[in-house]
Amino acid sequence: MPEATYSQALNMALREEMRRDERVFCLGEDIKDSTYGVTRGLYDEFGAKRVVGTPISEAAIAGAALGAAAVGMRPVAEFMYMTFMMCAMDQLVNQAAKMKYMFGGKAVLPIVYRTMAGAGRANAAQHTQSLEAWFSHAPGIKVVMPSTAYDAKGLLKTAIRDENPVVFIENKVLYATAKEDVPEDDYTVPFGKAAIRRQGRDVTIIGLQRMGEVALAAADQLAGEGIEAEVIDPRTLVPLDIDTIATSVQKTHRAVLVHEAHERAGFGAELVTQIVTHAFDYLDAPPVRLANPNVPTPFSRTLEELSIPSAAQVAEAVRTLLK
Amino acid sequence: MATLIQPASDTAASTGPERHGLSDARLLELYRTMLRIRRFEERVKELFLEARLYGSVHLYIGEEAVATGACAALEEGDVISSTHRGHGHCIAKGLELAPMMAELMGKVSGYNHGKGGSMHIASLDHGMLGANGIVAAGIPISTGAAMGFWVRGSQEVALCFFGDGGANHGAFHEGINLAAVLKLPVVFVCENNQYAQYHALQQDLPIENVADRGAAYGIPGVVVDGSDVLAVYGAVKTAVDRARSGAGPSLIEAKTYRFEGHFLGDPEPYRTKEEVAQARASRDPIVRFSAALQQMGISGVERLQEIDDAVRADVETAVEFGESSPEPGPEILLTDIYSGADADGRESSGEKTEAEQVVPRDRVTEVASREVRAQGPQAG
Ligand SMILES: Cc1ncc(C[n+]2csc(CCOP(=O)(O)OP(=O)(O)O)c2C)c(N)n1
Ligand SMILES: [Mg+2]
Repeated sequence: MPEATYSQALNMALREEMRRDERVFCLGEDIKDSTYGVTRGLYDEFGAKRVVGTPISEAAIAGAALGAAAVGMRPVAEFMYMTFMMCAMDQLVNQAAKMKYMFGGKAVLPIVYRTMAGAGRANAAQHTQSLEAWFSHAPGIKVVMPSTAYDAKGLLKTAIRDENPVVFIENKVLYATAKEDVPEDDYTVPFGKAAIRRQGRDVTIIGLQRMGEVALAAADQLAGEGIEAEVIDPRTLVPLDIDTIATSVQKTHRAVLVHEAHERAGFGAELVTQIVTHAFDYLDAPPVRLANPNVPTPFSRTLEELSIPSAAQVAEAVRTLLK
Repeated sequence: MATLIQPASDTAASTGPERHGLSDARLLELYRTMLRIRRFEERVKELFLEARLYGSVHLYIGEEAVATGACAALEEGDVISSTHRGHGHCIAKGLELAPMMAELMGKVSGYNHGKGGSMHIASLDHGMLGANGIVAAGIPISTGAAMGFWVRGSQEVALCFFGDGGANHGAFHEGINLAAVLKLPVVFVCENNQYAQYHALQQDLPIENVADRGAAYGIPGVVVDGSDVLAVYGAVKTAVDRARSGAGPSLIEAKTYRFEGHFLGDPEPYRTKEEVAQARASRDPIVRFSAALQQMGISGVERLQEIDDAVRADVETAVEFGESSPEPGPEILLTDIYSGADADGRESSGEKTEAEQVVPRDRVTEVASREVRAQGPQAG
């Protein structure tokens, strides 16, 4: 089993799915050269009709994927930064998300909208946005956020085989830093199944994507103090595996939620509500959210780091919860 | 079809290039501005490679004549919008090198207090409405600035720089069409450097010139040699005068070439080294203008060398200023989000108490004491 980075794992998934199903094709800007390597080599293998380079026209990319899906294809559209999806919101939210419902169910729209989010690379405010909550708010769209190389491959395959528009959010830091043995066989990771990354009895920490690493680092610090944290990676936000989360909180009685997106109306708010709804009687304290403090991400590295939750901050929040 | 403006040096070889009524002093100023852009960016590149500067940095080297010639056609009070490749526009619009360099270094003394960086550098005081991380986003914004002038009946003009790649974005059509139907005082300058990120423009453009699209909006479409600062000046001046007179927008396409990669760190697999070397040798706007100045008898080599020396010294001062400036502190993280309100949008009632601080103090000390990591190159 070869070691692969997160971006290589995604590349494997695309290649395997394109070989398996001729209806699968990619479109997007500069996907032939592929800045982060995810679509690397696909053009050489599959040619210009399956790896379609487009002008800088995000609305056209989003809408073209929708139209192609409506006539039976399975497009995988790329937006290099999640920011650029903002240029295509009409096609994504007014069109793709709603078409099936508005048509009385008579549309099957197997589309993957791949994109990259996250902070930590001094890309400044426009290029540093985690907008998972925006798409979670649009009924009709599924939202996926892989955090490991293994999951990246398995979840992308599931996304491609899914019959709905899926916003598939990759992470700019994890592309290179997340690596592990990734099987070359055809495996999938199901939607709606959270992963328990660490077992613990004292507190449940739910970290979205790269914040899972931060949660694990905090858990290590806390273990030295005799505090055992359970760390959960939801993997998909829509659908959300609330059972795994609620079961954990019922055991630990405390919850901490960590994401890179802005705190206000971020996905953490949804998680808190769901936890309160499903585990109210078990809670010893109100759940705590750690997130970007409602500020556009600054360019300066010093300021940017201050705007991303850290392991020390997570550990401190847990200590306070346990007091 | 687009009007083609011939390079000035070809039209009047015997008498020297058309100087459009510019005085000797102003011609030398054009030269100095181009050099300021070139030397500033050469230094930025070095600093980046030495990890003394970071972020998404897109160099303008090779395209200096466009910003310089275009901005020289503007008057005090006129405004520009820019792109991710914005250093040249800033310098040509009169921004100072030191706070620019500080901004690129993420320092508090930068134009944006380190909050913007290279891709968002701006100075409204200079009528510079911002570099922009979003391709083509400046097109509607400059249309809006022109609308502001039009509504209030004042005489300013807006000028919009955008790339050839930006000409295929929806914002291009909506912004230019709106400006055209209202006859707004705006000039659209397409910097056609022949590449949009990692591919040649021909792959995106089914017609020969971006300027040909002017016809679709009923406005003049003009192609100009973007390596010839005087030709750019002439074309833009005509368009600016036209805009100011109330006759509406123009679309100018400056054919140019980007000597450096798309961003600092770009391995450039999409073009050959020979192609770049050829462009550097044949269409360097500074070399060309230096020759023109000598041909016109305006300046000898020594005078041009003096200008260069002074520019290099300015750049060094800017580097020192940037490097000696402090990192922004946590106290500014949550400022500037709203006007007249705190970070939560509530009307400002003064300082937050420590308990109300969203970022706790110990976190601040922890981050501030952490060593700043070197980061790899990245595309915008
Ligand atoms: C809306 C949007 N889509 C994609 C990008 C990524 N991107 C940054 S620069 C660039 C190429 C721009 O080409 P062009 O407009 O010709 O400007 P140039 O870089 O050549 O100056 C792309 C695709 C972006 N910044 N914004
Ligand atoms: Mg270009």
